[in-house]
Amino acid sequence: MRTTALEVERVRKVFVRKDSAKKRRRLRTKKKKEEVVALKDIDLTVERGEVFGVLGPNGSGKSTLIRLVSTLLLPDSGSLRVFGHDVEHDSFAVKRMINRVSVDAAFFKKFSPIENLLYAARLYGLDAGEAKVKMREIMKRLGLKEETFNNPMEHMSRGMQQKVAVARGFLTSPILLLLDEPTTGLDPHSKRDVQAFVREIRETHDATVLLTTHDMDEADRLCDRIAIIDEGRIVALDTPEGLKRLVPSQNGDKTTMEDVFIELTGRSFEEAEAEEES
Amino acid sequence: MSTFVREMRGAYAFVERNINLMKRYWGWEVVWLIYSLTNALAITYIGNGMGMISGQEIDTQYVVTYLLVGALIWQYLVVIFYAISEMIAWERWEGTIEYTFMAPVSRPTHLVGTTLFAIGYGIVRTLAILGIVVAFFRLNLGGANIIGTILMLLAGSVSFVGLGILAAVLPLLYPERGAQMTNAVAAILLLISGVYYPIESLPAWLQVVAKASPATYVIKGMRACLLEGRSTVELLPTALTLVGIGLGVIALGLFIFRYVERYAKRMGRLKRSG
Repeated sequence: MRTTALEVERVRKVFVRKDSAKKRRRLRTKKKKEEVVALKDIDLTVERGEVFGVLGPNGSGKSTLIRLVSTLLLPDSGSLRVFGHDVEHDSFAVKRMINRVSVDAAFFKKFSPIENLLYAARLYGLDAGEAKVKMREIMKRLGLKEETFNNPMEHMSRGMQQKVAVARGFLTSPILLLLDEPTTGLDPHSKRDVQAFVREIRETHDATVLLTTHDMDEADRLCDRIAIIDEGRIVALDTPEGLKRLVPSQNGDKTTMEDVFIELTGRSFEEAEAEEES
Repeated sequence: MSTFVREMRGAYAFVERNINLMKRYWGWEVVWLIYSLTNALAITYIGNGMGMISGQEIDTQYVVTYLLVGALIWQYLVVIFYAISEMIAWERWEGTIEYTFMAPVSRPTHLVGTTLFAIGYGIVRTLAILGIVVAFFRLNLGGANIIGTILMLLAGSVSFVGLGILAAVLPLLYPERGAQMTNAVAAILLLISGVYYPIESLPAWLQVVAKASPATYVIKGMRACLLEGRSTVELLPTALTLVGIGLGVIALGLFIFRYVERYAKRMGRLKRSG
């Protein structure tokens, strides 16, 4: 019998943004506050063991979705459930099942990877001795050198810090791992290491992965199913092959996820990002 | 694994983290200790020079001890207050706030860990300053009730933990300037609690406010122990009342903190700043 790992039902999230006097003059408005709709009544279901991708440009609502599942935001309407537990009303149970890797590797920068990971392990109630063994194994598997384990994080490259962030995410053995653009800004080698690790998690552990990315190839290669999100709405949801079948190939070239995005939204990824940023 | 063991591990995470932060920022610790020590010395010298300022004969030893008690207690209470109120601000600055808030650790456990560290750190720091200042002025604390002093200090800590939680709400509500706002709360407590003068010297309306500050009773009780050698039994009712008030303030602080945490999650304010 299939188990549902994540259910998102008609979730809506609106942020109130204060506009500067300069922007108000530019827009010729007197309104000091503007409502930004980040998610517009979205629905999705992720099955246990799936790698589920959410693909969209910057500002499309991907990170808002991840932060809602992480219990860091509350929805304005709708509901989210992780293995049947409501994220808003049973958040403690949800917190025990999840962990997250975000685009910015946030750490105590003066601490070493071991100190940072030990802090995380204790917060999740893990035994320090067992956690130390496990964190070393994961970091080595991710290609980090042992001599860096006790050096301050501030002396590490962005790629290395992000690998420590991935290690922190997996250290607590979450059954739902939330990866919020985990490879953004990484060099190709580090990117490949992280992607290989995600594949390995999927093959060797009973973990479900919710992955947000704006890297179309990454979504294509890693995910079982992909939801394409634009301006807070899911515009398509299917397997990578299923999505590509929606768009006929042109000039004999293989259809890419970029072709799918342009077909479904009427604009390129770069145009969508530029619009969101303005 | 029992819930208790898990929660204790969670609480220890904050103790260990703060010890590690102290080790990494040891330069700052030295600077702050020098600042606190010179501050205590400067205030105590006011008592030493009081006779010269007024041109009258005064009991210098008494005035110096009176001011020293104020300076030391204030140093201790400020350490407790800031350690608690900065539990949000520090994580926001480092960017780890989201990871701590999504971890399965309850807010009371978060608080217990932060408080255990703060009390230990505050006592060590205060004793270091006391030792240096007593040597500086060759003060005689022979008739003082030290046990009663420690009792009042610990009883007062409970209230300051509660006030710290209330102040920690500010960085949660105001990501950019909330940490600085907690300074205003500390300054008001300093003004009204009779740290360096009897509250009777304040205007009548401020005396009413002073009576609502737990610090007023802590300082009064500690002066009674150190200057008058008042017995611990005599001070027990005040200490118990202080603990009672403190527990009430902690409960209120946790209630408000929970409400504001929910508001911050609704508005999307649990983000890094800095």
